Amino acid sequence: MSAEFPRFDTLSLHAGQAPDPATGARAVPIYASSSFVFEDSDHAAALFNMERAGHVYSRISNPTVAVFEERMAALERGVGAVATASGQAALHLAIATLMGAGGHIVASRSLYGGSHNLLAYTLARFGIATTFVDPRELGQWREAIRPETRLLYGETLGNPGLDVLDIPAVASIAHEAGVPLMVDSTFTTPWLVQPFEHGADLVYHSATKFLGGHGTAIGGVLVDGGAFDWEASGLFPTLTEPYAGFHGMVFAEESTVAPFLLRARREGLRDFGACMSPHTAFLLLQGLETLPLRMARHVDNARKVVAFLADHPQVAAIAWPELPSHPDHALARRLLPRGCGAVFSFDLAGSRAAGRAFVETLRVFSHLANVGDAKSLVIHPASTTHFRVPDEDLARAGITQGTIRLSVGLEDIDDLLEDLARALKAAAKVN
Amino acid sequence: MLIGSAPRLYAYTGGKTFDARLPAIVFIHGAQLDHSVWILQSRYLAHHGYAVLALDLPGHGRSEGEALASVEAMADAIAPRLAAATGQPLLLVGHSMGSLISLELARRLGPRVAGVALLGTAFPMKVSDALLTATREAPDAAIEMIDVWSHAPSIAAFNRPLSSPGPGFSIPGQGRALMRHIARRNGASVLATDFAACNAYAGGLEAAAALRCPALFLLGASDQMTPPRAARALREACPEATEIVVPGSGHALMSEAAGPVLEALKHFAARVLRVA
Repeated sequence: MSAEFPRFDTLSLHAGQAPDPATGARAVPIYASSSFVFEDSDHAAALFNMERAGHVYSRISNPTVAVFEERMAALERGVGAVATASGQAALHLAIATLMGAGGHIVASRSLYGGSHNLLAYTLARFGIATTFVDPRELGQWREAIRPETRLLYGETLGNPGLDVLDIPAVASIAHEAGVPLMVDSTFTTPWLVQPFEHGADLVYHSATKFLGGHGTAIGGVLVDGGAFDWEASGLFPTLTEPYAGFHGMVFAEESTVAPFLLRARREGLRDFGACMSPHTAFLLLQGLETLPLRMARHVDNARKVVAFLADHPQVAAIAWPELPSHPDHALARRLLPRGCGAVFSFDLAGSRAAGRAFVETLRVFSHLANVGDAKSLVIHPASTTHFRVPDEDLARAGITQGTIRLSVGLEDIDDLLEDLARALKAAAKVN
Repeated sequence: MLIGSAPRLYAYTGGKTFDARLPAIVFIHGAQLDHSVWILQSRYLAHHGYAVLALDLPGHGRSEGEALASVEAMADAIAPRLAAATGQPLLLVGHSMGSLISLELARRLGPRVAGVALLGTAFPMKVSDALLTATREAPDAAIEMIDVWSHAPSIAAFNRPLSSPGPGFSIPGQGRALMRHIARRNGASVLATDFAACNAYAGGLEAAAALRCPALFLLGASDQMTPPRAARALREACPEATEIVVPGSGHALMSEAAGPVLEALKHFAARVLRVA
């Protein structure tokens, strides 16, 4: 009798799906059906009242999407997952499930620009305030917490300076205040770190990136670790009090460890509607099947690119936690023993024109707004992804006008290094 | 709701107000768990003509008091509280350690009990020395082992056509999280106490022979903790017993085979409690 479940590489290929019972199909079918037939009237009523498990309408759940959700839950060692139309939708869904107007979030200031926008500008319009802190300053996390705080939030590897979030320490601060810690693990995926094992309570991904891994589909996923005691906290009536929108259901009574996901699906997907399509789920599942192989190659290539750039005279600075010079080097070795991903930034010496010459000379690296593709990518954050972030916030996040962000893909490393060498030469000519 | 006098027992009533005029179904969970394992059976039956009491055992979940050291003590604590909650005929539905408690409850409640459904049961319900030691000295590791053995082996644990309580959930993930929750909420010693109680229970054959009502044995064909053959002696001791072996299911039948388990309980309840 084995005392082990199937391991990560096996789960990435198999979790969530058995061969299709109707046809024997081994690959995940795309159930392109908006709705599902009921066996009889009692079955229909039971599905609507959560008395039985099953599919009703693909905005709420879909068999292909469920495979993706259950595979992600298995890979993260969580209790379940909800897939969404995008990573931003997952972030919004988590917040909207936990709080309403008057709520407050303490967030790392080292965030993807879109996440910063949502918290700083859009949610503020709906009465949810955010205090941004230096993720490395644990005192700032603690001091920012107010009576109305309902969530602490950060990225496993901050965008784009790769601050390593001290998940155990920040989780401890969150739990002292009776609130959960949610982390965006887009840059790391469960292959590099499983945040629940370090104390995080909720994890979400932009599945568009490394999980899907091929730049073919936009999607998000929100995973619950099942460890946060919503009842003991006393701060989450959305989960512990009767919900008028579902016949007075008390989600924490129905499920001791997964009330958050029950509400996120039964209210969030139902009412906000930012579900994932089965076609998207299929594409993301193709990526998930090779996640272990791809991430290993991503990290190996990234290490070689960093080594090349670190020695180059055109490179003024490089932020990579595996370098001893990085302030989070020790923390990275502890939390990210397999590596620090494949997305990093460096500062190019010289003017903005040098930066333009660098980006536009690259032939293998593609200039576009994405990361985590199998193909290598490049972008200039200050004029694109972080365009709306105020200068002082950019500086605090370690972004300058000369910062270049690379997402290192799976190409032959010699081709990548030759491409970079050529582009650096072009930048030097401008200087 | 909380039933009985202190230490009171918590009972989930299926999302409906408990109606003491209706025939009642009492769900009793196993070691290191709580009422929520029955979500896809308790809620349905509560909305189909039954009064449902899905209990948290003493010292587990939301119930008051301490975890009790023997199956008999648990039955002693539950019986008067059930009797106070309802005077209607009872169907007792117990899983694993809860199945042993159900047998002892039937002895104490006598003609009040119209039927017992025993899921994932065995007698004797012996626990290996290695696991007993782990429950005391390495509870986190013990929980991981129990989670593995509680479900159908290999990838099947992650591949239910319809997960529980619905699409998108991980059955093994929830099992592990629930056991850890009980340890945090109710104390680290609950795990060792529960498994020691299972191991020590000796009255199964007598309790089975003393039944004066039908018994339904619902067993998982792929159950690694209590394989179907381990229930044979108990079944043969019952005056009237039927057995259903659920293909492909492990020990956590209520989650892994929620639909077949509900169907079996529906028909059994209709038969013994005479509800159309």
